[in-house]
Amino acid sequence: MAMKKSYKGLFYAPYLLWLALFVIAPVALIIYYSFFDIHHQFTLRNYQDFFESGTYLTMTANSVLYAFLITLISILISYPMALVISRLQHRNLWILLVILPTWINLLLKAYAFIGLLSRDGLVNSLFSFFGIPAQQMLFTDTSFILVAAYIQIPFMILPIYNSLTDISDSYLRASSDLGATKWQTLTKIIIPMTMPGIKSGIQIVFIPSLSLFMLSRLIGGNKIITLGTAVEEHFLTTMNWGMGSTIGVVLIVSMVVVMLFTSTKRKGRRA
Amino acid sequence: MSNTIIELKNVYKTFDDGFTALKDISFTLNQGEFYTLLGPSGCGKTTILQSIAGFTEVTSGEVLFDGKRINDIPANKRQLNTVFQDYALFPNMNVFQNVAFGLVVHNVNKDEIDQRVHDALKLVQLEAYANREISELSGGQQQRIAIARAIVNRPKVLLLDEPLSALDAKLRKDMQYELRELQQQLGITFLFVTHDQEEALAMSDEIFVMNKGQILQKGDPVDIYDEPINHFVADFIGESNIIPGKMIADYQVAFLGHQFECADAGMRPNEPVEVVIRPEDLVITTPQKGKIQVKVDTQLFRGDYYEILAYDDQHNEWLIHSTNATKDNAVVGLAFGPTDMHVMRYNESETKFNSRLESYED
Repeated sequence: MAMKKSYKGLFYAPYLLWLALFVIAPVALIIYYSFFDIHHQFTLRNYQDFFESGTYLTMTANSVLYAFLITLISILISYPMALVISRLQHRNLWILLVILPTWINLLLKAYAFIGLLSRDGLVNSLFSFFGIPAQQMLFTDTSFILVAAYIQIPFMILPIYNSLTDISDSYLRASSDLGATKWQTLTKIIIPMTMPGIKSGIQIVFIPSLSLFMLSRLIGGNKIITLGTAVEEHFLTTMNWGMGSTIGVVLIVSMVVVMLFTSTKRKGRRA
Repeated sequence: MSNTIIELKNVYKTFDDGFTALKDISFTLNQGEFYTLLGPSGCGKTTILQSIAGFTEVTSGEVLFDGKRINDIPANKRQLNTVFQDYALFPNMNVFQNVAFGLVVHNVNKDEIDQRVHDALKLVQLEAYANREISELSGGQQQRIAIARAIVNRPKVLLLDEPLSALDAKLRKDMQYELRELQQQLGITFLFVTHDQEEALAMSDEIFVMNKGQILQKGDPVDIYDEPINHFVADFIGESNIIPGKMIADYQVAFLGHQFECADAGMRPNEPVEVVIRPEDLVITTPQKGKIQVKVDTQLFRGDYYEILAYDDQHNEWLIHSTNATKDNAVVGLAFGPTDMHVMRYNESETKFNSRLESYED
């Protein structure tokens, strides 16, 4: 019996070790550093600065706004896509094709978009072919949001797709049998029943979108300063680790807030 | 007939993979009757239900509702409702919302919704459960809510797809009474699909026995039980002893080397036939008094009767239901009267079967 117990404990070890090293320790360190200024003196100044200076608050508002738009656009594109794919005959193949781009490095994808969107890139060549004058697309808010949404779409589609394929056909038949039109079935049955999928999609997409520093540099052309870029700036350029950590804490807190908002009240489905 | 509500005319259904699920199905359903489609799984009974409900398109033939062709009318525009095998109660809604769904999608006003949902819940004796979540209900309660949801739209026909199969034996029996009562109370047509012959016999006004995409026999429960058309129906509906024999002349049948007086007629002289004797029609007696002699092999106590398995000297198996036990390995006689036997011809069509029966029965 005792033998068995210690044996069982062995299986917990990797997870506990992971938790301690890569979750608890970093978060603790970030919180710890956030209370020190650039001269390694204990201070609450960082938080005071953050909430008093207009710059950081605007930055936060901007980050939230951009992340919100990115999330919204990915939902608007992902939901109909997932809906169509879930009805296709070889749906597993189609969903694989959607997931495929996530296997390609983010940096590579960003450079590919620079090639596509630049002044003499493919998109502008196409425009000139139809007589439309060349547009400045790179380094704009729109291109940043669209590219970010493109990167996030697979992460949004997957949970939605999974919750869609979980819906038994008999619910859709029952809805139609009771007189619901296709639209009513979508709004009253399918969307409410896939809410858990939509919520986990939001959780996966919204938080990383708050701190997309690489994309905001490469596609947004450094004009878009999000919390992510600020963290990078403080750690690598100004070496103000305290302020960087403070912003990190703010990001962690907002993550918790988003999780609370999107947590599903367990209604307990029938097996 | 003026009170025909549903009619199927020469309906065929072939699936994409080439499997033919329905072969030339034709029948009519009248208003206010309880019909059952009975057959083993895969016989096409659910496909018939789905083609009436509008979940599947028939390959050829016509589906008529109230005299109008509904082949191309989508399910949500058909004035009938379905109780599903897995109930399909929406997990994102509570009991009230589930029952109200059919009214909400038809934009019925709120007061009327409240009234009609209340009435429907009262009919299934669950009016106190309106605010419960579906997951809080037992299987039997979910079953009733599924029925309430289906009747709230006041359909002319209710389709029931094996609704009792998920319930335990006791509850299933109770629900049989309740369904029958509900059908008579509402006065609408029920089309019930099941593979359980007991359910079919207990509730139906008329049964359609199906196998391999065809309707083999239709009739009221007593007729189907007492006068099955062929081996399959006799075997599927209840338990039976089926012995090959020969029709010597009208009212004279021979099997196991003896000739017996029977109640069947209308066959060719010396035509090979099958004879059905129900286990409860066999009476155990002394070997001298019995018409045939068998040796008892096994006895099972079933509560309300003993099920006795015995063999005759030609190694035919005999199933006997008896209120009294007998001795293992004893040789006993089996007594039965002329009306206890039912003679079946090989490959007789239902039309010929019915007209032959009419020719000598009154």
